[in-house]
Amino acid sequence: MKMIKKISLVTIGMAGAALSMTANAGTLDDVKARGALSCGVSTGLAGFSQKDEKGAWSGLDVDVCRAVAAAVLGDASKVQYKPLTAKERFTALQSGEIDVLSRNTTWTHTRDTSLGLNFAGVVYYDGTGFMVSKKLGVKSATELDGANACIQAGTSTELAISDYFREKKISYKAVTFDTSDQTRAGFESGRCDFLTSDQSQLYALRIGLADPAGAVVLPEVISKEPLGPVVRQGDDQWFNIVKWSVNAMIEGEEQGVTAANVDDKLANGKPGNKRLLGGEGELGKNLGLNPDWAFQVIKQVGNYSESFERNVGQGSPLKISRGLNALWKDGGILYSPAMR
Amino acid sequence: MFKQKTTEQIKAATRPTDTAAHAFYNNPKYRALIYQILLVTGLLYFFYTIISNTLGNLEAAGIKSGFGFLSNAAGYDVLMSLIPFESTNSYMRVFIVGFLNTILVSALGIFFATILGFIFGVMYFSKNWLIKKLSVIYVETFRNIPLLLQILFWYSAVLASLPGVRDSLSLGEAVFLSIRGLVIPKLIGQGGGSTFVYIVLVLAIIGIFILRSWAKKRQDATGQQFPVFYTSIAMILGLPFVAALLTGFPFVIEYPVLKGFGFNGGITVIPELMALTLSLSIYTGAFIAEAVRAGIQAVPHGQTEAARSIGMKEKKIMSLIVVPQAMRVIVPLLNSEYQSLVKNSTLAAAIAYPDLFNVFVGTALNQTGQAIETIFMAIIVYFAVNMLISFIMNRFNGNVELVGR
Repeated sequence: MKMIKKISLVTIGMAGAALSMTANAGTLDDVKARGALSCGVSTGLAGFSQKDEKGAWSGLDVDVCRAVAAAVLGDASKVQYKPLTAKERFTALQSGEIDVLSRNTTWTHTRDTSLGLNFAGVVYYDGTGFMVSKKLGVKSATELDGANACIQAGTSTELAISDYFREKKISYKAVTFDTSDQTRAGFESGRCDFLTSDQSQLYALRIGLADPAGAVVLPEVISKEPLGPVVRQGDDQWFNIVKWSVNAMIEGEEQGVTAANVDDKLANGKPGNKRLLGGEGELGKNLGLNPDWAFQVIKQVGNYSESFERNVGQGSPLKISRGLNALWKDGGILYSPAMR
Repeated sequence: MFKQKTTEQIKAATRPTDTAAHAFYNNPKYRALIYQILLVTGLLYFFYTIISNTLGNLEAAGIKSGFGFLSNAAGYDVLMSLIPFESTNSYMRVFIVGFLNTILVSALGIFFATILGFIFGVMYFSKNWLIKKLSVIYVETFRNIPLLLQILFWYSAVLASLPGVRDSLSLGEAVFLSIRGLVIPKLIGQGGGSTFVYIVLVLAIIGIFILRSWAKKRQDATGQQFPVFYTSIAMILGLPFVAALLTGFPFVIEYPVLKGFGFNGGITVIPELMALTLSLSIYTGAFIAEAVRAGIQAVPHGQTEAARSIGMKEKKIMSLIVVPQAMRVIVPLLNSEYQSLVKNSTLAAAIAYPDLFNVFVGTALNQTGQAIETIFMAIIVYFAVNMLISFIMNRFNGNVELVGR
């Protein structure tokens, strides 16, 4: 039996991947033993996960990886990044190649229920939008009858745009590329009249154009695209860790705890601050982590607002406003369950 | 030290007793059978374990499995389809659309690669220095550059630099070439008249086959030749034309018209198909040219000399003496080149050509998450197509083989 297992692992990759799935219960132990978090990110998307010249990753999605690493290992830099295309991402997670998928992935019912995966929250509320060349003079998506669309393969955008155009009874041609860089190249060369993707991505792709001012993002948002980190089903402890690492960042903003004042808040803050940062209570212990898990997240990565502004907001070339992604008390819908 | 045994003694010691010699397990025939049964059982058990393990683990991991998804609505659109398709159709239809697109690009690729291969393969034997060198340069250039690079070259460098759709290059306001592809007028038949023309066309094709066998018989019997080639061309063009004239030309030509974002009417050949066909044909053509060269060189020079000595023209020597004999070497090589071409067509994923790999193994896999099922189906398709090519080429090989060798 052992022999056969061994042979099948070697010969059939698919079955091999399936075999290793049974051993996914102790992701936390695996990560601790490895001393690093294996995190699936995009192949390069400004503001969310991108690599600089020195090979260092940054972005909102990358900050989720770093937050989990800080909570689990106490060091936000202990992350092995695995760049994945949209088509590869779920298989990589299912097969155990990565511990967390943090790759601007839309939380949908089908993905949550049929892939053996769990979405651990929302880090960015997005929606499908359109980017067109300014020259076309198009003001609304309804004027795009008969146009060619550049789309990335294997995304929920493919489904959203098909629904939208069918509903409006206008026609379009779907030119489907493998990576977001290819969609941008297709748009730039004029292969397509418009590029469609999540709005945040449109802004990110636009600054990568040779002439960013020559393209406009249309006002229409045609679908709900809540983006968040994903983990394998069947490991509730790990699911909780990822979920609450994200919540710690959101709660940090709500409580006004920042990377700069986190030491002071732990020592002299309100009871709520101390509970979050591990000065009181057993939040860390319940997760199977050190008491200072959230302290490390905020200290090393920052709270949600800091991460947002640094990567996609005013501190970044993207200049995306908070919009839906503001805290619930500031007119947005970002809300962390109670940290107690 | 030791007493040397005689050969007779050794033989006697190792010779089995009578009963053992007749036991069935010592019969080589039965023994081979038993080994084969054991092997097959072992293999069956091996695959059974893998499949049941996989299914069990998929279920344990909460991943959906089975082929039920094929009847669900796909929900996404495909750039090009040879059959009517819209996003409300099922995944099964996506599978067929992708399959047909794969077949289309493979068939076009095989057609053009064969033509290119034979032209450049024969050119190598030209006495003209320039023509010979052209052939060498073609083969050495395209054989030595990775196919993926060639696809991206044609798609991203050549076709992407064509003008936009509003500034299309046009040929007599009927044929347009732009970054959106090639748009050509479409011939639309009307009423019974057009059906008559189609029937005449089919009859002309059948007629050509009859003509060929008649001409061959006549030549065998009398030695007289008949210009089959030119007559065939006259038949296939002339007869439908006469039929069209008789019925008052029952066709309308639909010219493409620039409207809104693109052309309305006509037939559009998408640039992805053009890039893939170009690169596949040119790349595989280089290998076929080499196969043709090998085949021709394998024909003994004495054959050419013998043909010359009876006064045959050089062109006739090539087509009647050398190439038919060279086919014996060329056909098996062609077989594997054709199969490679079909497999290489999966590189469509690098550009946006909607082949089986792209729309099914790519998008459908991702939307449903059912990797094992989709990849299994794709494997079966490529396997079956290549088996079919192999079957046809083997039949063809049987025809060109020397009888009685």
